[in-house]
Amino acid sequence: MTEPLDPAALAAALAVALPLAGALAALVMGRRAGDLFFVTGPAMALVAAALVAGVAEGGPARIAVGGFAPPLGIALVTDGLAATFVATTVAVMAAALAFARGGLVARLRETRRGYAFVALAHLAWGALNAVFLSGDLFNLYVALELLSLAAIGLVALEGKAETLAAAIRYAFFALTGSLLYLSGAILLYAATGTLDIALLGAHAPEGATTLVAGALMTAGLCAKTALFPLHAWLPPAHAGAPAPASAILSGLVPKASFVVMARLWLEALPDAAGPALGPLLGGLGAAAILYGSVLALRQERLKLLVAYSTIAQIGYLFLLFPLAGGALSTQPWAAGAWSGAMLHGVSHALAKAALFLAAGLVLARLGHDRIAGLSGLARAMPMTAFAIGLSAVTLMGLPPSGGFIAKYLLLVAAFASGEWAWGVILLAGGVLSALYLFPVLGRLFAKGDAEGEDAPEDEPTGPLPSRAREAIPLVLAGLAIALGFASAWPTALLAIGRPGAAMEGLE
Amino acid sequence: MSPDLAPHATIYALVGAALVGLGLYGLVARRHPLRRLVGFNIMGSGLFIVFGAAGMGPLGPDPVPQALIITGIVVAFSATALITALAGRYAALTGRAGLPEETPPPEGGAAGRPEAS
Amino acid sequence: MTSGVGSVAGLAFDLALGGLLLATALAAVAGRNLFGGVVAFVVYGLLASLAWVRLGAIDVALAEAAIGAGLTGVLLVGAVARLARIGAVEPAPTAPVGKALAALGAVGVAGAIALAVLALPEGRPGLGPEVARNLEASGVENPVTAVLIVFRGYDTLIESIVLLAALVGVWAASLERDWGGLPGLRQHARPGGVMATFARLVPSIGIVVGIYVVHAGAYAPGGAFQGGTILAAVYLLAAMAGLVEPPAVSRLPVRLALALGPAVFLGLGVVGALGGTFLAFPEAVAGTLVLVVETALTVSIAATLALLVLGPPARPSPGGAP
Repeated sequence: MTEPLDPAALAAALAVALPLAGALAALVMGRRAGDLFFVTGPAMALVAAALVAGVAEGGPARIAVGGFAPPLGIALVTDGLAATFVATTVAVMAAALAFARGGLVARLRETRRGYAFVALAHLAWGALNAVFLSGDLFNLYVALELLSLAAIGLVALEGKAETLAAAIRYAFFALTGSLLYLSGAILLYAATGTLDIALLGAHAPEGATTLVAGALMTAGLCAKTALFPLHAWLPPAHAGAPAPASAILSGLVPKASFVVMARLWLEALPDAAGPALGPLLGGLGAAAILYGSVLALRQERLKLLVAYSTIAQIGYLFLLFPLAGGALSTQPWAAGAWSGAMLHGVSHALAKAALFLAAGLVLARLGHDRIAGLSGLARAMPMTAFAIGLSAVTLMGLPPSGGFIAKYLLLVAAFASGEWAWGVILLAGGVLSALYLFPVLGRLFAKGDAEGEDAPEDEPTGPLPSRAREAIPLVLAGLAIALGFASAWPTALLAIGRPGAAMEGLE
Repeated sequence: MSPDLAPHATIYALVGAALVGLGLYGLVARRHPLRRLVGFNIMGSGLFIVFGAAGMGPLGPDPVPQALIITGIVVAFSATALITALAGRYAALTGRAGLPEETPPPEGGAAGRPEAS
Repeated sequence: MTSGVGSVAGLAFDLALGGLLLATALAAVAGRNLFGGVVAFVVYGLLASLAWVRLGAIDVALAEAAIGAGLTGVLLVGAVARLARIGAVEPAPTAPVGKALAALGAVGVAGAIALAVLALPEGRPGLGPEVARNLEASGVENPVTAVLIVFRGYDTLIESIVLLAALVGVWAASLERDWGGLPGLRQHARPGGVMATFARLVPSIGIVVGIYVVHAGAYAPGGAFQGGTILAAVYLLAAMAGLVEPPAVSRLPVRLALALGPAVFLGLGVVGALGGTFLAFPEAVAGTLVLVVETALTVSIAATLALLVLGPPARPSPGGAP
């Protein structure tokens, strides 16, 4: 146990330990906890940078926690996937905590919402990183539960009857999902004597036990990710929370269970994935894209529209499975599908968090978030309107955004694989997202109060937000666009340790 | 019969599986949050019994499932306590113990069709 | 445990216990009356801990009885009483179609799991031998404690923080004006009543038993979670009898007690990470470190569990606002 100090290993440990230490500090500190992100934000930026650099230089690695290698111990996985999502989480979390300071988190006294938000955000942060870095199915269960409980607390934060109902509903979905996931993990341990994802991949278990385990875990993770048709809990939960909580809930939380699903079917059980898995999960993803978009079209309130859009955007992630799942992961187009799906996860996290923060600013200014009442808001709040515009560009998948590159990679993979249908879905989803986002943009940037019906609703009830606070969603949305300009770099990072890659990848 | 499980372990594994079903039924079919929590706890407990029984190999009990089960029991309690508190606050606010059929959007907007939940 | 295993009498006992487990679970899930269901659940939990004894898992039996049946039971009984006090309207039952669909799904999942268990491959060694081989390096003799704190200590670290996440959520389910106040409702126990006398007697015994269970965990069944639960239960008994007033949730000593265990565990992990191995227990001092971690965890677990049962702050602190 006297190995030389490995920066990536240290960064992986700190990526989990630091936010959790921050949560403990928030728990004890109370009133001053709003300032905590001045420490955890920069420190975690350094940790993420060290992790990314370590993975880029040293390649993928598995770190035995406590010095006990699997199957006895737990391994942390440092690969491109983990490093990418740890880094994304820093951006969203730092933005949410910065946004909350002085708003949701009062500066002078300890309030119920402020205290709970800072503690729960740090708990979710540690849990997310624990999920992204874990290579052990049971450890993933514990980390997912920490994430779920923190997320339930965030949903319930407003304390109104409807948000409490949304939180309770979400809790039962999430907890049932956890138990279904756990039952699969238990069966896999009983069959193979290990919970380690890499060892399971090498062991290649087969037979009825593996099939049942995989099915139960998939069902559980789908409920947690809000994949259609298990999505009903999401809109009230995400739309009813305070803006910085919504940013975390919608931008980050569903990505955790998706990453577990990707690791399950591409790393742990690639051979057990029958021919039905890809079309099934891809089909549900496609249904989510269409159904979520159509419901988003029908929304009259900005926050609900943004929440329904999350259901649609989650659908794109699941196109990974028909294009690169199971035995397909060694196909030449699989690398593009993998990077595309994961890059979509990153750009959606940034853009969706930006949208929810911007929607929070709109709500604070106008006292409502009815889309019909947004006319001409761009004049009073140009930065916020611009942030919404940039986020919309990413969500629609227009160039030069990160969302464009992600969908382009998926599209190329779809056509290369000969499965044109997925490509058609991708294009249709893009058109639908334009249909539900353009009316919002049209209102925001409208010249005058041309439509008289809006006039009474345009009276602002709150003060203009400070420039600094307006800048936060703009920075996030800008990052989502910048991802498109610098896409070669995250694409290369995501390829490091990609399941199915023959050593160096085929890009 | 699995040749590898001792007979009594097989009994408990099958009882555990049935308990998972009973718990899941309560979790999904009942409407009272506290009743659903009872279902959640029985589902978890049944799952742990499956795990413990399947861990009874020819060499006696495996300590790893036991440790994981203790962790699972604590996690289940944490979740139960959280939902109990949320359900209590909800009931205090609304005077109702159960959730409405479908959470209506707080104002105006057209929500989706009622989904199975 | 070994005496009955395999014998006809033993199998008859197992079959009877299995039947009772299913019957109590059915009553808990499907019964008409909510309070009756919760009582059936507590009975179920006690029977389940008996099943754990039969499966040779004494550590789990202790945890199931103390947390699964005991604390969860207290929590649910308290919640039922609170809902009754505010006169909350019971929800309408699920439509028959919904019930049938739920039953179908439940039977499907249960059947699939049963099938998967019966289809388990032969010759599964589990990790028992691996644990035995490394037991010496862990610094403890009880293999379950070795797995919990040393081999898979990372799970336990996160789990101890799961409890805190739940507690923050529970506290946040309060009214803004009660924030920082005293949790739970005021208890009115008659000074000379049975409850008060009982509660005066039990703590002295309970605290000794609790501390013993923690320290026994190093070489015999027991450990931080079981011991912490017993300490929490003793405290709750005294609180419910009105002998002690629960502290305001804004008080610093309370918050330090909650954070102590996870903080010590986390600190040990980071020190290890700086030395090259995250969460390392160097073999020479492993036994001592396990004792330190377990002691700190016991304090925090006891405090967290007790506060989780007491619920959100509901009364202003007598000392005024924080």
